[in-house]
Amino acid sequence: MLKSIRSTFIMIHECITMSISNIWGNKVRSFLTVLGILIGVTAVIALITTVSGVSSSITSSFTSLGAGTVSVSITGSDLKSGLTRDDLKTLTELREVDGITPTVSLRAQVTCSGETESNVNVSGKSSYYFHLNEDIVTHGRELNFIDEDNSSFVCLVSDEMVSTFFFAVNPVGATLYINGTPFTVVGRFKEDSSSGIASIFSGKSNIFIPYTTALKMNNSSLVTSFTVYMSEGVTSSQVSSALEAALDPMFSYEEDTYTITTMDSIEDTMETMTGMMATLLGGIASIALVVGGIGIMNMMLTTVTERTVEIGLKKALGAKPWQIQVQFLIESFMLSLIGGIAGVILGLLLSLILSEVIGSTFVVSGGAIALGVGFSAAVGILFGWAPARKASRLNPIDALRSM
Amino acid sequence: MDKAAEVETEMSTNHFFHMQNICKDYLMGEEVSHILKNVNLSIKEGEYLSVLGPSGSGKSTLMNIIGCLDVPTSGNYILQGRTVEDLTSGELADLRSREIGFIFQNSQLLPRLTAIRNVELPLIYAGVRPKERRRRATAMLERVGLADRLYHYPNQLSGGQQQRVAIARALVGNPSILLADEPTGALDQKTGKQIMELFQTINDDGRTILMITHDMNIAAHAHRVVHIIDGVLTEGGGTGDA
Repeated sequence: MLKSIRSTFIMIHECITMSISNIWGNKVRSFLTVLGILIGVTAVIALITTVSGVSSSITSSFTSLGAGTVSVSITGSDLKSGLTRDDLKTLTELREVDGITPTVSLRAQVTCSGETESNVNVSGKSSYYFHLNEDIVTHGRELNFIDEDNSSFVCLVSDEMVSTFFFAVNPVGATLYINGTPFTVVGRFKEDSSSGIASIFSGKSNIFIPYTTALKMNNSSLVTSFTVYMSEGVTSSQVSSALEAALDPMFSYEEDTYTITTMDSIEDTMETMTGMMATLLGGIASIALVVGGIGIMNMMLTTVTERTVEIGLKKALGAKPWQIQVQFLIESFMLSLIGGIAGVILGLLLSLILSEVIGSTFVVSGGAIALGVGFSAAVGILFGWAPARKASRLNPIDALRSM
Repeated sequence: MDKAAEVETEMSTNHFFHMQNICKDYLMGEEVSHILKNVNLSIKEGEYLSVLGPSGSGKSTLMNIIGCLDVPTSGNYILQGRTVEDLTSGELADLRSREIGFIFQNSQLLPRLTAIRNVELPLIYAGVRPKERRRRATAMLERVGLADRLYHYPNQLSGGQQQRVAIARALVGNPSILLADEPTGALDQKTGKQIMELFQTINDDGRTILMITHDMNIAAHAHRVVHIIDGVLTEGGGTGDA
């Protein structure tokens, strides 16, 4: 038993040496054969690595934008289509909730000192928003809870608005007409870089007014969409269930009256999407691998025919059929493994270049490398099987007669 | 005389090589052609026998059967006490590896391997360790007078040298019988004679040799000659009656 294991090992070692010399002896043909596998593996590695790099970039930017927040959107019931200020106060007082910024936005015509701009994004903000984004106000003051309570006609303008209407002069104290209503400018803010998930979908705002005022201008007193900031050390699922417990009685336990979207669920969706994309692209690329495998099979079949005499001779010298089969299997295995390893290197290089061009992060995925190498090795064995079997079954006399 | 008597007694207890009523048929299209017809042949250990016959007489088929490359259609073939026709292809390979050394007309060396690697080949399939393999192959190449050609490739060797490498390869596994198919067929007369001298020294060491040839002069080197014509084997009796 031990002896047969040892002799098998000796045999396989010799086969590897012989395969290398055979592959090397047919450099051009081997290279062309390997090319198919190489292209396939390169494509698989480059696509998977790039897609996973892009998806991790997207996910990380999403996470940094919406860390610790939960979005709630209210569909409402027939009796009650949104939340009142008191409802929001109730929610704010929850232990799991640190604060709430309602999302109230409108598009308005803005007039100031003779200039008119239409379709300006105006956002209603709560005082809590400025508590979160302390650095956003560069001149003047923030909107506070008094403005909120009184629905005051005060506003903050963005740097862009300042350059449009005030020619870079400090605008604090000036009067601005939003849809014909005069507002006093109380401050100036820089473009917000992080205002939660909502801003990604609604675009950037150029004017901030108290959200209560914004509601009034929309002829409504109810908030239908807001972002909840979680208390420290609370998970998004804890917040969700606390919010559900508070929201349900507000809508008399009617179903489908609101939707709570956590970052987790958005991340899940993103991951599913990019995962599907990677699978799809990987699947397309692996067609190239199959084509490469057929190339290897073709070359091995040719090789077997060419080396009929060698096979017959080896059989005459005492080679068993399985030894012949193993020799040819190892040869096709080595061929595609060479292609696979070269493909992994090339694929990683390609995706490094791609990630530089796209500007995504370059993540070396161990799974993709294992897949590339493993798949190519499997292709080698799978497509080498039939030619190797053919070789092993060759009748030694027929083989020798052809000499 | 003493030696012959010894062989004789061994033969009676143990059939070293015995063929009885061997037939081999090939299907040629619709027709069955009988290549070998009731061949009976026995060889004693240490004998030097040649099978003489024109081409197409079935002598190559006979050699293939003797060499366990092929099995007879009917009849009995016993080699070293084993009934060959009952063996699987794996067992046949095993038997070839241990008992038989082949020498072909065109030496049939693998062109990509050096002389020593060619000689090592049978030992690889027998599972011999690399060091031991190298030692035995070197010794065998020295034995056939090629000590200074170990690392030459076949195309760097003359026809006679190639045939010597092939002989070394056939002998390296220490087989009980050496099978040679037209061993001098591709060589000039002088080189052929040298090879025949080598065969004689190999036989002097006690190795059994069976040589197949169409050349009476070559066959004459053997101690016993049998004739094969149209698949029928006849004992030729003496030698040199050409």
